[in-house]
Amino acid sequence: MLVAAMNDKTLHVRIWRGLGADDDGRFVDYAVPRQDSQTVLDVVTHVQRVLDATLSYRFACRVGMCGSCAMTVNGQARWTCRTHVAKVVGADGVLEIAPLAHLPVVKDLATDMSAFFDKWARARGRFQGTLTRHDDFARVSPETPERQAANAGIECIGCAVCYGSCDVVQWRLDFLGPAALNRAWTLVNDVRDTDRTARLRAVAGDAGCHSCHTQGSCTERCPKAIAPTIAIAGLKRTVARAAVKGEL
Amino acid sequence: MSAVVGAASRGAEAAPEMALRNAVAQARRWYWQRISAMVLAVCVVLHLAGMVWAVRGGLSAAEILSRTQGNALFAAFYAVFVLACAVHVPIGLIAITSEWWRWPPAAATWFARGVTAALVVLGLRAVWAVYAPGA
Amino acid sequence: MRRNDHRAHGHPSWWAFWLHRVSGLLLALFLPLHFLALGRALTAPAALEGFLRFSDAPVVKVAEWGLVTLLALHLAGGVRLLLIEFGRASDLRKNWIAGGIGVAAAVGLAFALALFA
Repeated sequence: MLVAAMNDKTLHVRIWRGLGADDDGRFVDYAVPRQDSQTVLDVVTHVQRVLDATLSYRFACRVGMCGSCAMTVNGQARWTCRTHVAKVVGADGVLEIAPLAHLPVVKDLATDMSAFFDKWARARGRFQGTLTRHDDFARVSPETPERQAANAGIECIGCAVCYGSCDVVQWRLDFLGPAALNRAWTLVNDVRDTDRTARLRAVAGDAGCHSCHTQGSCTERCPKAIAPTIAIAGLKRTVARAAVKGEL
Repeated sequence: MSAVVGAASRGAEAAPEMALRNAVAQARRWYWQRISAMVLAVCVVLHLAGMVWAVRGGLSAAEILSRTQGNALFAAFYAVFVLACAVHVPIGLIAITSEWWRWPPAAATWFARGVTAALVVLGLRAVWAVYAPGA
Repeated sequence: MRRNDHRAHGHPSWWAFWLHRVSGLLLALFLPLHFLALGRALTAPAALEGFLRFSDAPVVKVAEWGLVTLLALHLAGGVRLLLIEFGRASDLRKNWIAGGIGVAAAVGLAFALALFA
């Protein structure tokens, strides 16, 4: 219930409340005191601590390192701990907070990330090597194009902002998604990795890189300035080359 | 929730053979789409230049035919243009029909094949129609 | 699960995608008609002439201009895609979107001038 009058000192916040698949869910309104340098996570925290203890949400580090607090803010996927209210609040003074898109909702603002990580595994986003602790260190120059391509994508922390932003994820249920494909690309470029063929097979096809249409929402929204669009373009080229050579 | 995850993992349980065939097929579709795109880029630039030049002062059948009839170079160029379209258009339509209109893969593929055939037949017929000397 | 609405779509690269797809679709619908019209020269050249007279009508000329512009837009967007997929782009190349629209506008203008002036 809106008790305080809406004014410059109070935010009109709409938060998605619901129990997931079996519950319809709806937006509920809250009046939150506005402050300087306030982040969206501060707002959610205030609601849960002061206004409604039944609100469920996720966070951990609060400082933009873990990606746990990713939610949909005014229609766009963001890290709420690194999103200042002043930057996103609408002209009408409304702040709308919903869970990340394209993931089943567990409750309120918390989503079930299993599918996201399952797809990461299906894209073979796991390093496989042959050296052991008894071997000498692998020597990989950071200057090579492969290493630079890999370095451009390895900072991903699996926050699913890209996954929640991609239309193809919505259109194709089994599309692996930008994060999984980006991770696969970093490994394709890792000269120590020995799983290349299987990985290229895993990322090709309708569920893989070929369904990316370069919308670029992933690259646009990634809080770590990673460009999955470019990684996926690299996968397309590499898969095509392998297919032509019969190495796929 | 389980239905979504189930659908996702059912894809993973598809036989590796099938997955490989799909991977190779998709790779082919992708590079044929891009190769035909490069051919079309050249054809379209030339065609647009030609159209801007040709529509000055209006169009008439006599004008068009006087330029195209018996012109082998013209016919060859537009035959290549038609064939490149016949490769490029259906692949794009497969994406639209399956993603925006949710057609099942088989329907999308057969529709695309139909479009290919239609474009080849109608297109080459049109090229012949304006090339063939005498009316 | 939540789905995105238009607020997730308001960025240049997404618009470039949408324009490219919609222009492609419209051109795909137009192409058979184009071939059929020209093919009429085979069976009845008079019919081709008749069709061209019909296409003198202003509304048809505007439609023709629209198609030329769509083709130029689709070409420009396509070249950007080819450069991203085969070149060494490291980002979304939004400057190419702007350039592409500029080229398409120029082509549209040239055609309009040729058609109407």
